[in-house]
Amino acid sequence: MLKAKGFKGILMSGIVMTLVFAAACGNNTGGNTATNSSAAATSAASEAPAASEAAKLSGDIKVDGSSTVFPLTEAAAEEFNKEHPDVRVPVGVSGTGGGFKQFCANEIAIADASRPIKEEEAANCKTAGIEYTELTVAYDGLSVVVSKDNDFVDHLTVEELNKMFMTGSTVTTWKDVRDTWPAEPIVFFSPGADSGTYDYFNEAILDKAGIRNDKAISFSEDDNTLVQGVSGSKGGIGYFGFAYFEENQDKLKLVPIDGGTGAITPSHETIKDGTYAPLSRPLFIYVNKKELERPEVNAFANYYINNIGPLADEVGYIALPDEKYAEEAAKLQS
Amino acid sequence: MSIFQDANRKQIANRRRVDWLLHILFVIATSVGVLALCALIIDVLVDGVARLQPQLFTEFPSRKADGSGMKSALVGTVYMLLIMLPLSFVLGVGAAIYLEEYAGKNRLTRLIQLNISTLAGVPSIVYGILGLTIFVRLMSLDRSLIAGAFTMTLLVLPIIIVSAQEAIRAVPKSRRDASFALGATKWQTVSRSVIPSSLAGILTGVILAMSRAIGETAPLVMIGALTYVAFLPNSLMDSFTVMPIQIYNWISKPQLEFKELAASGILVLLALLLIMNFSAIMLRNKYQKNV
Repeated sequence: MLKAKGFKGILMSGIVMTLVFAAACGNNTGGNTATNSSAAATSAASEAPAASEAAKLSGDIKVDGSSTVFPLTEAAAEEFNKEHPDVRVPVGVSGTGGGFKQFCANEIAIADASRPIKEEEAANCKTAGIEYTELTVAYDGLSVVVSKDNDFVDHLTVEELNKMFMTGSTVTTWKDVRDTWPAEPIVFFSPGADSGTYDYFNEAILDKAGIRNDKAISFSEDDNTLVQGVSGSKGGIGYFGFAYFEENQDKLKLVPIDGGTGAITPSHETIKDGTYAPLSRPLFIYVNKKELERPEVNAFANYYINNIGPLADEVGYIALPDEKYAEEAAKLQS
Repeated sequence: MSIFQDANRKQIANRRRVDWLLHILFVIATSVGVLALCALIIDVLVDGVARLQPQLFTEFPSRKADGSGMKSALVGTVYMLLIMLPLSFVLGVGAAIYLEEYAGKNRLTRLIQLNISTLAGVPSIVYGILGLTIFVRLMSLDRSLIAGAFTMTLLVLPIIIVSAQEAIRAVPKSRRDASFALGATKWQTVSRSVIPSSLAGILTGVILAMSRAIGETAPLVMIGALTYVAFLPNSLMDSFTVMPIQIYNWISKPQLEFKELAASGILVLLALLLIMNFSAIMLRNKYQKNV
């Protein structure tokens, strides 16, 4: 008898728990639709300067895409939320390609991208009837780094990088790169093939031929692993976003890159004015034009482009020049 | 005579040596796991204890480590457990009861049995793909809390079924016979005799399955649990995040402070796991005494 009671008690409490939870959720399910209709109601007013309307904005703005752009969108969403606490901006990191897939399936309002949209992706969007505005939000400089113990590398040319990283490369020691360097074996580190960083390096340095894949190279999706790898091996070399170099300056040595006009060290200035070529890249967000009619999305996109400059510096990226931001902001008005 | 005795003594010494060697081997085997866990806990404690502050539970994630917390992730994990627990309990135990008590011992049952055991070993990412296809796309539940919870329910179901079956099988046949002899129906026998005696084992299995679920990341990444969520889900259809995803996000950030934050996140997750496993042991002890 006692035992039966115990079992029933547990069953009952399980059922009660489910019910309570369902009820708690049920109360709020109306929230979304309500906010949507109120959003529609305010949309007429949104053409007036947003300042007076600001307090009333609410709704969901779904963002997904590149993990490289993620820190920027996260920062923008966080700051935007301080002004508009009722607007919810969830951000995912499905990768640039994954982001565009959802974007063109009309599942998200904004796609984060670390490269421009590809032709076939643009075609998908077109078939689905989705028009978008592309906004450049910041620059990132891919930094080529070697170990602190490496005292001979003063700079590398694009040709040398090409020779070292190319598929089927026969380079195994630093001597193979330049005769005056010691015969120290090179240990390569690279982001994995799914990352936009790999894509960008592959395109800018290797002309899309693909990065070598042999026992001399290690791939990792985690940039911190690459930092560990390069700093831990004397002959190591690797590349990743500038932010990861900045955070690990004490462990790594930055390599100036010669793209044909003399060796340039990546820095905030050289990335910003474009002299650090070809390894500096723009980062984008793509905004669905239809979604832009919703006042909260409009407010967020405008907030993003007008405030991302200082935020970019804070999270380790490089802000565009001010006049460039004004140009980008103008795109939203058209 | 003396030769015989010597040989005997040698043999005994040999056996003792083997005995002693194996003893050492087994101690080593045990300590490998325990030491690895200790190393992990110490490492995480060193990194994370400084950031184990109330803000971890009260703040949403932020780009600044100092103002960052895992409120949305913690709540997401708890909500998911609350949906999963009753669902997987009812479905899992129900299936186990059917298979053990009702189903005939034929080829079909054996096939189902084989399937379930196989499913228990399928990599979790496969459940993610399944969840993406069925719940997110086909049932158009979107990338929501409920889709995540359903996917995780599928993931833990085979584990619960197998452990519940084992618990039920351990109930002596004499108990059932006694119940039937008193004129009880099948359901009366199952509900008043079999389940109460096997409840301890069933609950242990359920709780262990739940603690596996809260550590899983892959299937949820697949169905689109998000990385930056600065609000609490207030309906089943809302976007959500869970603790392992938040921790992974912190680890992959370049700043050192976030790595410390990730360590404190891991501590919270470990604490939750320990509490769950501990309650599984408590439950087992409590019910075993009653039986």
